[in-house]
Amino acid sequence: MVENRPLLNLLSHLVLIAGVIVVAFPVYVAIIASTRGPTDFLSGLVPLLPGPHTLENYHRILFSGVSTSGAPPIALMMTNSLVMALAIAIGKIAISLISAFAIVYFRFPFRQLAFWTIFITLMLPVEVRIVPTFKVVADLGLLNSYAGLSIPLIASATATFLFRQFFLTVPDELTEAARVDGAGPLKFFRDILLPLSRTNIAALFVILFIYGWNQYLWPLLVTTDPGYYTVVMGIKRMAEVADAVPQWNMVMATVVLAMLPPVVVVVVMQRFFVKGLVESEK
Amino acid sequence: MSAIAIRGVRKSYGKTEVIHGVDIDIADGEFIVIVGPSGCGKSTLLRMVAGLETITEGTIEIGGRVVNRLEPGERDIAMVFQNYALYPHMSVYDNMAYGLKIAGLSKADIRARVDKAATMLQLQPFLERKPRQLSGGQRQRVAMGRALVRDPAAFLLDEPLSNLDAKLRVQMRLEIKQLQQSVGTTALYVTHDQVEAMTLADRLVVMHDGVAEQIDTPMAVYARPATTFVAGFIGSPAMNMLSVEAAGSRGLTLANGRTVKPRDIRLPEKGRKAILGVRPEHLTPVSGANADLELDVAAVETLGADTLAHGRLAGAANGSGELVARLPGSTQVQPGDRLPLAIEPGMVHLFDAETGARLEELDLPARPARTAKPLAEALNA
Repeated sequence: MVENRPLLNLLSHLVLIAGVIVVAFPVYVAIIASTRGPTDFLSGLVPLLPGPHTLENYHRILFSGVSTSGAPPIALMMTNSLVMALAIAIGKIAISLISAFAIVYFRFPFRQLAFWTIFITLMLPVEVRIVPTFKVVADLGLLNSYAGLSIPLIASATATFLFRQFFLTVPDELTEAARVDGAGPLKFFRDILLPLSRTNIAALFVILFIYGWNQYLWPLLVTTDPGYYTVVMGIKRMAEVADAVPQWNMVMATVVLAMLPPVVVVVVMQRFFVKGLVESEK
Repeated sequence: MSAIAIRGVRKSYGKTEVIHGVDIDIADGEFIVIVGPSGCGKSTLLRMVAGLETITEGTIEIGGRVVNRLEPGERDIAMVFQNYALYPHMSVYDNMAYGLKIAGLSKADIRARVDKAATMLQLQPFLERKPRQLSGGQRQRVAMGRALVRDPAAFLLDEPLSNLDAKLRVQMRLEIKQLQQSVGTTALYVTHDQVEAMTLADRLVVMHDGVAEQIDTPMAVYARPATTFVAGFIGSPAMNMLSVEAAGSRGLTLANGRTVKPRDIRLPEKGRKAILGVRPEHLTPVSGANADLELDVAAVETLGADTLAHGRLAGAANGSGELVARLPGSTQVQPGDRLPLAIEPGMVHLFDAETGARLEELDLPARPARTAKPLAEALNA
């Protein structure tokens, strides 16, 4: 689109700026609110400039929590969320790499059936199978544990499917060259397939980390012990206090903190996988 | 030692047989080129030797050892692929060293071997680069180097030059030949390019529809093609084929009713239908009275050194009697001309009209032997 039409340029910029405002404004309000005192947001007029209570708010929410909302210190919830998100992301990638490897590179009976079984589970998100899954997890005694938080969410077809598609694009001749070089299946997987999948792994890690981090319904069901609460749950609990006014400054401070890890992951990994994408050109 | 023996090898995919029993004996250090049009089974045959395809029937021996059931890595072969199949995430050095690492060689040993191969292939400055940072020719060299470092019993090359541009192809062709001669390793080379086949091969295997139609030296394949397919495939432009009927001592009757009497070849019995083959380069323009054939020129291609006159046999019906003559570059010829041509003595090939097989019983002993002897006698006298 190498056109020089000032009016069109202006229009497209306006649309883009409007889009940015729609997305960024709530985030801005959240950041502002987290720097204000507890009553500033109840006065009817939403303040748009930072207030003086930043350090105080963050210190309190991180290390002592808001006792009136029954919320433990956010630092603990952040750790829980981090453990859960990492376990889900890493677990999913590890399992789907291996199952995609099996489906693409080995001829075994019922291979197609195995693939389709995995594929069909794509149609069943967590919410649909949540009751039976809860029953299984409860019977296994995994309630209120990191295993209970992460293992049921590790099983999913999306990543397997993506890796399968990627493995299918790896030239057969590369596999054959490895065979001629004397590499067995595991050496081929480790020395060739895994390094080639680096960029896909990075991209999936970003997506799955955020997926794990943002889980709400599942942690709500399987945890009753505040020691295993995740941060996304925590926000909801604090905003929904009974017989009291929510402390919006605290809620917003939690929101800002909850946003940080995904942002960090995106920023760090993006550089890595964009580089990978550019390198794999040609 | 590291000879390859292919015995009665067949390959079927389900019920479709694609290779119908091929026998080739390859001597140690020999450069064999398998040539044929696409879909003739030449790559499949090579891949069976490599162990990348199963062998439906027959046996393949490498160095006296039947390898039918061995993995490619255990066959002591190295393969060069058409698209080189370099590992994109490894440096040139690692690409060459990978097979050796798996074989469990010591670091120092690997370094020594890779350095030696890199020096031979002038890859020293590029050892730390990734394949994508190399040009096509350099990648080709790395693929060769990967084969070379393993010091295998045989090199298997699957159209290794077809991804290069024309100039580089000629250069690499020469390099491959020299390399193979200097290391003396048996090589099996698959190509569809007849020039590559002719220039590289110690012996050629011409394949067609899953059958090895002729296995011989390039010159023998050129001079005495075993079938009409081989005759048409080797040589450019392709050999002219005219259907003829034997007319006893008068010679052979052409489709246009005229007779031609080729020299230095026996004639088939009267009434036998045959195919007369003559290469464009063996037709010479002569004055009208001495002509064996007349060519109605339809198109002229000037190549500089040569001029190709395309057309058809004078008087032949439409759709038959296509004829090409390769004339000296200085020849003045225009479309519409009628060109009287003579067939050089001994340059006629006769094939069975039904099977396309060469009528070998009609061939006289090769010409040089006959002319050389009287000359020697004359000198001695």
